[in-house]
Amino acid sequence: MALLTDLLNLDLSGSTDKIIAEYIWIGGSGMDLRSKARTLPGPVSDPSKLPKWNYDGSSTGQAPGEDSEVILYPQAIFKDPFRRGNNILVMCDCYTPAGEPIPTNKRNAAAKIFSNPAVAAEEPWYGIEQEYTLLQKDINWPLGWPVGGFPGPQGPYYCSIGAEKSFGRDIVDSHYKACLFAGINISGINGEVMPGQWEFQVGPSVGISAGDQVWVARYILERITEIAGVVVTFDPKPIPGDWNGAGAHTNYSTESMRKDGGFEVIVAAVEKLKLRHKEHIAAYGEGNERRLTGKHETADIHTFSWGVANRGASIRVGRETEQNGKGYFEDRRPASNMDPYVVTAMIADTTLLWKP
Amino acid sequence: MSLLTDLLNLDLSDCTGKIIAEYIWVGGTGMDVRSKARTLPGPVDDPSKLPNWNFDGSSTGQATGDDSEVILRPQAIFRDPFRKGNNILVKSITSFRQVICDCYSPTGEPIPSNKRYNAERIFSHPDVKAEEPWYGIEQEYTLLQKDTNWPIGWPLGGYPGPQGPYYCAAGADKSYGRDIVDAHYKACLYAGINIGGINAEVMPGQWEFQVGPSVGIAAGDQLWAARYILERITEIAGVVVSFDPKPIPGEWNGAGAHVNYSTKSMRSEGGYELIKKAIKKLEARHMEHIAAYGEGNERRLTGRHETADINTFTWGVANRGASVRVGRDTEKEGKGYFEDRRPSSNMDPYVVTSMIAETTVLCNSNLSNGSK
Repeated sequence: MALLTDLLNLDLSGSTDKIIAEYIWIGGSGMDLRSKARTLPGPVSDPSKLPKWNYDGSSTGQAPGEDSEVILYPQAIFKDPFRRGNNILVMCDCYTPAGEPIPTNKRNAAAKIFSNPAVAAEEPWYGIEQEYTLLQKDINWPLGWPVGGFPGPQGPYYCSIGAEKSFGRDIVDSHYKACLFAGINISGINGEVMPGQWEFQVGPSVGISAGDQVWVARYILERITEIAGVVVTFDPKPIPGDWNGAGAHTNYSTESMRKDGGFEVIVAAVEKLKLRHKEHIAAYGEGNERRLTGKHETADIHTFSWGVANRGASIRVGRETEQNGKGYFEDRRPASNMDPYVVTAMIADTTLLWKP
Repeated sequence: MSLLTDLLNLDLSDCTGKIIAEYIWVGGTGMDVRSKARTLPGPVDDPSKLPNWNFDGSSTGQATGDDSEVILRPQAIFRDPFRKGNNILVKSITSFRQVICDCYSPTGEPIPSNKRYNAERIFSHPDVKAEEPWYGIEQEYTLLQKDTNWPIGWPLGGYPGPQGPYYCAAGADKSYGRDIVDAHYKACLYAGINIGGINAEVMPGQWEFQVGPSVGIAAGDQLWAARYILERITEIAGVVVSFDPKPIPGEWNGAGAHVNYSTKSMRSEGGYELIKKAIKKLEARHMEHIAAYGEGNERRLTGRHETADINTFTWGVANRGASVRVGRDTEKEGKGYFEDRRPSSNMDPYVVTSMIAETTVLCNSNLSNGSK
């Protein structure tokens, strides 16, 4: 009814200075996003000025009932596209009362890598291509797919338009604008090869902010699908068989790679990644073995390969980068359910800090 | 229809100085909130300047038909988030007759449903006033589908997947009713209620909002006004709100109204010792408190699902399975507040807040009741 919308859209700036801050954190599975809101006396733009908070870790598999408090440390602020005004979203990470990061807190270790002087000096940039699939609520079958059956084979759907080819554009487009409003560096969107599957890209972001921005973009996406009555999945192979999986390709460059002669630096970095292929794969997302088969634009999970313009390789270098002799490369191995803190930090660690 | 919305949203400030005041009171069950509206000649921000009113108590179980008028005495004003403008909500108490001691029946007994009057007596006791008691109340509630009274988001004739994914979650398969909760948050802020936050709860379709810190009697006024606003919003949304403490039996969390509490002494240096003393006093009066902490609480306080067993009093730091929980912050700083986790979602905040103050401030250590 109209009155509920009026209340949701109440502009409080005329009646109070108070703002609402939605604190967001990652739950016990490493992929479940949780959030709750609190009132603050006035606008805040600096995360270090926000109060720490706490939550019931026993309800998220992160603490026992007799010692249940987990502390939330605010790390990044974004504008709240749902409440608007001066209201904010706050990306947090989780600590014990004694100040130790809890086991599921991957941000803390990543932040340490990014503040290492050797890494900070190289100013690592990330562009993350987040793929995801939209499912019909209650039956968990992809959006637009006939119930009890399958759509026509892949081919017509990538970047397409039309009611028989494109399913869920409203969600994708509102997500795009909501992220721009929030201050997330969302650089684009496209319809994917499997019908009901989409992609957005976040970047270029420097260091730890890549992870913060991807997690908040994921949160905004799930809030929007909640509104739309649709389910979002980050499973890397939602439908077995001749249907594409979903990845989170991570584009990467350092200061040296972006300068003249950078192509050699890229080749050296890729060689280091090859030597640590198994370690990276282990950290690149659960269930990735169902996706990295060597078919459907992936490289086989056991084999490391790279090539220019090669979408069947583990690592792809763009033609432009080869031509200019400098630029960036794309690690195509991470699954859609990867943790961006883990993946971005590991790429920086292997290419900048690790010695073979 | 757009014309109905246009009329509902009419801004009257250009054509008249008159305002609409919605008088709100608690009915005969102690949990049913009632209201009706009247026109006043102009804006009012002081409850003592509002006229007393009356209503038909025989229709709410608060009077008999032959002597049915019950007086409404305004106590607190909030801005009306539904009518906006200068229109107001007026939290009122009921009295049987307009006499000097008007909270008593003709035979001299205090009216049972006049909980606010009794609470005010406790809060105006000099010892209690000096301690400036603060309350933060965590009101849990469950949203039900209209007509079937099954929780929203739950499949008809069945159950959702077990608890785990729902606490503070987002997503169409985990979070049901956020529009109601978010509209309520803004509406309460608009109204001037000190709403501290909201979160989705462990059972799907269950939510919580917090009111506070409020001082003394204001805690009860604000919580009742917030409950009123919530039920008006669920009415708009076509959904039913339940404050039952255990709406679904079995492996599903109940709904509580945890009360966070501190006094001036507890908030000052050395306060932690006073907190421990206060908790001991609460322990000695455990059964009296439990009796006043809400109907049906025995279905909820089982010792499981983050509750303490109803027959046992326990307390602990960060312990959500205890009757009283002290936060780690308070333990570390040696001062702060504690959380009484026993009250159920259908408790009367006037009763609970004043009882905690009475037991911890007025009762002395060998537990005779100092307030009589």
